[in-house]
Amino acid sequence: MTTAADRARTWVSGRDRSLWVAAGLIVLAVLYPSLVESLQDLPLIGDFVPSVSGMVVMLAFTTMAIGLNVVVGYAGLLDLGYVAFYAAGAYTAGWFASQQFDQWTFHFGSVGIVKSLPGIHLSVWLVLLIAGLFTLVVGILIGLPTLRLRGDYLAIVTLGFGEIVPQFVRNADEEGIGFDLTHGAFGIAPIDSLGFGSLGERLGLPESFQTSTDRAKWFYLTAVLILLITVFCSVRLRDSRLGRAWIAIREDETAAAAMGVPLMRTKTWSYAIGAFFGGVAGAFYSSFRSGAFPADFYFNISVFLLCMVILGGMGSVWGVILGGMLLAYLNVEGLSTIGAKIQDAGLDFDPTKYQFGIYGLIIVAMMLFRPTGLIPERRHAIELEEGVHDTPFYDVTTEATLTDRDPSDD
Amino acid sequence: MTEQDGNLVEVTDLRKEFGGLVATNDVDFTIPRGAIVALIGPNGAGKTTFFNMLTGVYKPTSGSIVFDGVEVSDLPPHAITALGIGRTFQNIRLFPHMTAVENVLVGMHCRLHSGIIGSILRTPKVRQEEREAVDRARELLVYSGLPRRHRERAASLPYGDQRRLEVARALATDPKLLLLDEPTAGMNPQETADFTAFVSRVRDERGLTVLLIEHDMKVVMGVSERVTVLEYGAKIAEGTPHEVQRDERVIEAYLGKGATTE
Repeated sequence: MTTAADRARTWVSGRDRSLWVAAGLIVLAVLYPSLVESLQDLPLIGDFVPSVSGMVVMLAFTTMAIGLNVVVGYAGLLDLGYVAFYAAGAYTAGWFASQQFDQWTFHFGSVGIVKSLPGIHLSVWLVLLIAGLFTLVVGILIGLPTLRLRGDYLAIVTLGFGEIVPQFVRNADEEGIGFDLTHGAFGIAPIDSLGFGSLGERLGLPESFQTSTDRAKWFYLTAVLILLITVFCSVRLRDSRLGRAWIAIREDETAAAAMGVPLMRTKTWSYAIGAFFGGVAGAFYSSFRSGAFPADFYFNISVFLLCMVILGGMGSVWGVILGGMLLAYLNVEGLSTIGAKIQDAGLDFDPTKYQFGIYGLIIVAMMLFRPTGLIPERRHAIELEEGVHDTPFYDVTTEATLTDRDPSDD
Repeated sequence: MTEQDGNLVEVTDLRKEFGGLVATNDVDFTIPRGAIVALIGPNGAGKTTFFNMLTGVYKPTSGSIVFDGVEVSDLPPHAITALGIGRTFQNIRLFPHMTAVENVLVGMHCRLHSGIIGSILRTPKVRQEEREAVDRARELLVYSGLPRRHRERAASLPYGDQRRLEVARALATDPKLLLLDEPTAGMNPQETADFTAFVSRVRDERGLTVLLIEHDMKVVMGVSERVTVLEYGAKIAEGTPHEVQRDERVIEAYLGKGATTE
């Protein structure tokens, strides 16, 4: 046990430390595209260093995992249908930044394409926001009927929605609903690229990322920015009145309601906010790969994202970033790199064939050895007063009567 | 009738059935403003069911509950809390992994206003509201007899402190009526005496009305001004502690038939 002053000091330095770590990671992340080549030349580990475009995919999925963490980690609502939000975001990008609706021609801030191209072409930056908001509404619509359920029942119904959405996008074409909304099994492609347009060109920035020589780098930097904003919002919300209510619901729903927390509204907000980030990440990712295809939106994505959250540590933002990057890395490049190494060694084993078995093993191992995740959530006290408030808040006269308390406890 | 007198709670013909079991059988019940009222009865008499109906956890099968002029029997729990009923639970139900301060802050939820955008941007208004809320939470903890350990997880507090924390959290909802469900269960005589004094003090200083469920007759007789006795879901007696103590049906309910004649 330490004194109050000591505790306050360690807390402040702990806070400083995580700020420094965060700042260092951001700098490293921004420099990554210029470092990657020298990293890949390193002996032994060089082959395992992910490429910049691999990193884009990893970051996009990690952003979704952070969004899912709001629902699963903070509010404790098991959502097995998060892929629905990913799909909603991706298709919003398809609707507002491609030739999908070629009966209309409307351009607003589009980059890298001729102005006469039919279809709705909004600036993809704007589309990211629209996708977030549209998905937020989808989240509310899915949430309102389902969030009355608790625990396993909620999980089953979200699982249902996770199945309905890909079936819907697969069938919502001329034949299915009489209006070509999603272009059925073919998906929507090409989707416009992010870019800085003619204004950017004058500043020496690429007009369109897709046609730029540094395509991967620019998408990568955008992905880093989106992840940072997501993490920032997620952390701010966690430490707010709303975040407290989420955690209270996770801890004891009945008690939370009795303390004045409106259950439906609070849960629906967690759904909506989780959906928002899923939508933004989905729209971004579909702009990066220039298409939205129904085969991408299956149940395994929901489970994959949930694995990231569980592996990292439910509710822990740092943990989910780590878990997300790790699993996404294995999925994007890691397993095939490892497989190539194994085959070089003369063994006939291809780990990419068993990827879900491998993720399953990882989860089982985590549950056995470290059930709280790689970086467990540390429930920090909310100290708006920068840590100085730990000085006892009582007068000495009361203290004298509290004989059963050890003064060093505080 | 002025604001200060009259009844804060008026319950009429309140009935709750669980399948064939009648847990609360057409109970009429009033709580005068500013009083400390005790609800007693043998185990299974329907006391906690009654509490749960008052706080919206259960919907009554029939009957009405009027709190401060508002019919509350159809409202969800959080709306009832917002109207001014704060409660504790028979088996302590704190948020175990949240700190003491955070527990109290959750209690203030319905009195705070910061929204999503404000929380993300952490506007000066939100910061100030949070700062004031934390200060008030700490004051409430001190007031409730928890001068320290504010940043410890609720689960790691000793039992008596957890009980106090639950009261602090209930007070944070800024209630007009405080419901205490067996607050002294598991306390030693000294703690019980302290707690009893505390309840009277809260009532006097904060102008609350208190309804408590209690098994410890010393507490009931010591602190309450009116006592209502339930048995098998029905009200069998009501009055001052003195009257109730002498009521034959009450003695019978507790000690069995024949106890009065010996």
